[in-house]
Amino acid sequence: MNDIAVDLNQVCKYYPNVNALHPLTMSVKSGEVLGLFGHNGAGKSTLMKLILGILKPSTGSVSALGHCPSSNQAHNYRTQFGYLPENVSFYEHLCGREVLHYLAKLKGHNKTQADRLLEEVNLAPAADRAVKTYSKGMRQRLGLAQAFLGSPKLLILDEPTVGLDPVATQDFYLTVDRLKSGGCAVILCSHVLPGVEHHIDRAMILSKGRKLALGPLAELREAANLPIEVSVSGLTRSVIETKMKGIITESDWLQSSSQGALHNRFNSAAENKLNILRNLSSEENLQDLHIKLPSLEDLYRYYLPDFNNAAI
Amino acid sequence: MNKILIVAQKELRDGLRNRWTSAITVIFILISLGLAYFGSATAGVLGFSSLESTLVSLASLCVMLIPLIALMLAYNCFVGELEQGTLLLLMTYPLSNAQLLLGKFTGQAAIITLASVLGFGLPAIIICLVSDVDVASVLTAFSQFIVLASLLGWVFIALAYIISLSVTEKSKAAGLALIVWFLFVLVFDLVLMAILVASEGNISETIVPFLLWVNPTDVFRILVYTIIGAESYSGVLQIAEHGADGTVYLFLVMMLWVVLPLLCSWWIFNKKELSE
Repeated sequence: MNDIAVDLNQVCKYYPNVNALHPLTMSVKSGEVLGLFGHNGAGKSTLMKLILGILKPSTGSVSALGHCPSSNQAHNYRTQFGYLPENVSFYEHLCGREVLHYLAKLKGHNKTQADRLLEEVNLAPAADRAVKTYSKGMRQRLGLAQAFLGSPKLLILDEPTVGLDPVATQDFYLTVDRLKSGGCAVILCSHVLPGVEHHIDRAMILSKGRKLALGPLAELREAANLPIEVSVSGLTRSVIETKMKGIITESDWLQSSSQGALHNRFNSAAENKLNILRNLSSEENLQDLHIKLPSLEDLYRYYLPDFNNAAI
Repeated sequence: MNKILIVAQKELRDGLRNRWTSAITVIFILISLGLAYFGSATAGVLGFSSLESTLVSLASLCVMLIPLIALMLAYNCFVGELEQGTLLLLMTYPLSNAQLLLGKFTGQAAIITLASVLGFGLPAIIICLVSDVDVASVLTAFSQFIVLASLLGWVFIALAYIISLSVTEKSKAAGLALIVWFLFVLVFDLVLMAILVASEGNISETIVPFLLWVNPTDVFRILVYTIIGAESYSGVLQIAEHGADGTVYLFLVMMLWVVLPLLCSWWIFNKKELSE
């Protein structure tokens, strides 16, 4: 069993007038979940299609589950792929069950498994209605069901949680976690950042076809050295300032803090976390103390300075 | 092989469900019964009179109709799935381009074949029942006609796939399909006639008949005329009398007209990159 599920070596993709992907080297191990982030047009879909073998790289080499995905024989290995395209769509005139039966047969699985997956994504009550009557969320769940067909060893999901309600999102992450522990490599591309953090091992941030960052979230946090945000209740600003001499400066205070208020927020470097806890928790008047670590969204903004300007 | 059948089964089921198959069958039944019954009306007789004249009229009508039906059935086969987004999904499945192409072809060819068998077979049986004819010769002629009609349908399904795989919009595919139909069914014969007349017989007589092989609809007509032993060819087909009308060769030409477009579409399909 090869430990590396996906391996890209100096992969480029050019189109006649666009450079979709600059030389990119990366790999994903079995049992690892990689989060892929970037604006629209950053090259996420191109990257996924290269791994799936739908596109051929202009230069460099791609290997998925140990084989070149764009070779003539590649279709034989695709039984172990699961893919959810962005804005997934199906045969509108067929009912959900027929669609999944057809796709299951093509992947070499039986109808029982397809029916079980329909139950799993809570689509069983609507399974016998035509897909054209489905809502966005139902289509998305059908899309997930087809991606989970078989026990994929490589799962590539483009915006998997779009249109899903919170319960379905939760179920989705549970399934991803289960497949992951079974040794499946997962590439997850998402714009919806909250929620995805706890389920990814590493994150990659792409912009205009270039890799801006790749690594475990903790490492990216460290490298970015983003401040933590401390919210304190029950203490005035002056009390905090005396307690924390040398740690906070004037510019650390966040806008909402005024002199006499009992709710204050300030920024601080991550390494001061324990110091702050130690100093403030000894105060009798302290009612509440909350420390917010930089979120994935903050990291995203840090690595993509033009995030706010970009058309999303 | 198994994958081809899975795709074919889906195409066939789609064809049955969206009434394509029944619509084509009904059209075939109506025209064959109509031609059989009213075919000799100009001679002042109603009712089935001559097998030969019925099949000749049927052939001239089918030569227009079958290509149109086949092109309409198949033109959006790939471009439709491309627009829908399902082609992208299928390409990530354990399914080769050739398997998808052959699967779709098998399914749609089955639709045309089924419609021909029912649409020309039932009228043949009715003719045998209601009129005093030589049952054996009617059934033989009609079953040969069914084979040829299906084959003509297959040719245009394969041609439609070339269109369907070359464009990225359904409407463009529809337009191209119409042009292909117009060229093969109407323009080709006129142009060929014009060339023959203009050249005043300077073109070598041995080559001329082979020019008809360039058009599958003409090959179909010559084949129909050959099987029923029609004495006089009409129109541009007269040049076929000079040779090149061996049934086996013509049959092979017809098969080639199925295989070559399929190979061509396979080649286009392999070159195609789905980048959206």
